[in-house]
Amino acid sequence: MSHLLEVKNLSVAFPTEDGLVQATDDLSFHVDLGETLAIVGESGSGKSVSSMAIMGLHNPKSTQISGQVLISSLGHSTDVVTASSEEVRRLRGGTVSMIFQDPMSALHPYFTIGNQISEAWLLHNDGTKADARKKAIEMLDLVGISDASNRVDAYPHQFSGGMRQRVMIAMALVNHPKILIADEPTTALDVTVQAQILKLLKDMQHEFNMAVILITHDLGVVAEVADRVNVMYAGRLVEEGSVNEIYKNPVHPYTIGLLASVPRVDQAHGTRLKTIPGQPPSLISLPGGCAFEPRCEFAKFVPGNLCKTTRPQVEEKHTGHLARCHLSAAEIKAHQ
Amino acid sequence: MLKYISKRVFYAFVMLFVLSMVVYLIFGLVPIDPAKLSCGTHCNPVVVEANRHRLGLDIPLWHQWWNFIMGLFQGRTYGEGAAMIHCPAPAFGYSFPNNACVTEVMAGAFPFTFTLAVGAFILWMTIGISFGILAARKKGTYIDRLSTAFVLIGSSLPIFILGLLIYITAFLLHLIDPITQGTWVSPLSDPIGFFRNFIFAWITLALAYAAIYTRLTRSNVIETSTEDYIRTARAKGVAERDVLYRHNLRTALAPLITNAGLDFGGLLGGAIITERVFQLPGLGYMSIKAVLRDYDLPLIMGTTLLAAAFFIFFNLIVDIAYAYLDPRVRLN
Repeated sequence: MSHLLEVKNLSVAFPTEDGLVQATDDLSFHVDLGETLAIVGESGSGKSVSSMAIMGLHNPKSTQISGQVLISSLGHSTDVVTASSEEVRRLRGGTVSMIFQDPMSALHPYFTIGNQISEAWLLHNDGTKADARKKAIEMLDLVGISDASNRVDAYPHQFSGGMRQRVMIAMALVNHPKILIADEPTTALDVTVQAQILKLLKDMQHEFNMAVILITHDLGVVAEVADRVNVMYAGRLVEEGSVNEIYKNPVHPYTIGLLASVPRVDQAHGTRLKTIPGQPPSLISLPGGCAFEPRCEFAKFVPGNLCKTTRPQVEEKHTGHLARCHLSAAEIKAHQ
Repeated sequence: MLKYISKRVFYAFVMLFVLSMVVYLIFGLVPIDPAKLSCGTHCNPVVVEANRHRLGLDIPLWHQWWNFIMGLFQGRTYGEGAAMIHCPAPAFGYSFPNNACVTEVMAGAFPFTFTLAVGAFILWMTIGISFGILAARKKGTYIDRLSTAFVLIGSSLPIFILGLLIYITAFLLHLIDPITQGTWVSPLSDPIGFFRNFIFAWITLALAYAAIYTRLTRSNVIETSTEDYIRTARAKGVAERDVLYRHNLRTALAPLITNAGLDFGGLLGGAIITERVFQLPGLGYMSIKAVLRDYDLPLIMGTTLLAAAFFIFFNLIVDIAYAYLDPRVRLN
């Protein structure tokens, strides 16, 4: 059975004066209808770059992309990497939609929100401006904006951050996409508003039965809303599995470190927060072996120089639980 | 919106009022005596004093200023009987070297300045914006480098050299006749003669200004293209063409209105060098003559105030246009 979205061996690189920046490297994953996939990782781990690649938003002149991004729509599969720009444009905002981190700057300041939502609808549907406006009001109502028929003529600067994110969601969903990519949708918002927006996303997912790719570095958010998790490090997928599996039995040393560094309410007062020593590597000329090796506490348990010399492949460590590590799940467990 | 406009209009008038005071004060302090200048070099002191009285210069400066302001609304009459001179409103004073009311002199010069400014404005906005957009779209290519060269030459070449180069070229190609150049021909009766009068002056001014507008447009378009809302537009499926023309240019070109308004308003006060090079007897040509040759204080005052009024007026237009374009300004 083919997946709704299947990313195969995706590599995105940006040539710069200092060398080739390998933003994502041999990335493969998939998403199915109705599920929520969280992609976690620190800044520069390739989360946003891979989502931009799914949307076909990279400038082909300044980007080198290889691999496949297959999107199934109406029984037909399109490879975003090789499709014509017109084909990709039709997918964008129609089959795949995206919302962004900072709702303050993601809306055009000169157009009313109704105008911006209508535009998105008109791009993918045949209809009059009046139909589009009606649709915009309907969507604003759906995402919880009160008095939508009046607020539709307001400008973005007249809304608060949380309201603007609701507007963004209304705009992204106006064409009933199959996939919604949410790139750190709550990072720029207050904590209370964050919870509302996450709930809204969840509600909308049920309403429209779509797949959600949630990009975040907030592990609390992941635990709350995701079904599966991709952990990324230095442009590579290091671990993939269900939320339960990843949180209970992490098998990659990076994931273990990441989970240990989350502050917990039940922690004894005065305990120091655990951190992962060192810095993420530069994406120009990555080490030949495992990208995480210089910071890895478990590398010393691997015989010889294997971590330095050989790049580990993604392997199934438990059923449906993949990781890119030379150690087996049992070995990791033993040394933990 | 109405409140915003009326506030701006009020400020504009306050500014003009204060400006007239300052200009009057400066001219009151200048060691030039219009009364003495009005009757030649070997002049009888009695005649000088009589002229001083006739011109209304024998009363305190503030009173002179007040008469000047009243004259703008009511017109002014100098002297009595046979020697009486009347300048109808708006009277800016009387210019002895020209034997005419200042308003009349300025009205004769204004069509030249106005035509020059409008033609050059249209030309430079068209060249500057289209070249700027093109350079931004083809960033890094030879077209972009060409635009950089154009900007460099256009903004660093002094306008009198650029003007002379164009004048000489046009002259050598028999496109300009120094004898008839600068005599007013109506665009209705002789459109070709009208264009021949102005076209090279337009090109001169336009090249100099277009350089600035090319640079501004290019950098604004490039800067706007990195904005989040441009990415949003692409993400919802807007075609590249509309991303540029509908989403990008709207914000990228708005700041140009400020420059355009002020440059145009400034030019309406007279393009001194260009008018001089191309023998166009406009406001700039006239004021430089008044300053350097005639010491014609009333005329200098008139052109100064007129230039300032244009500048302030177009400042006002810019404020209103900006508010119209940017809802964040309009609705606050």
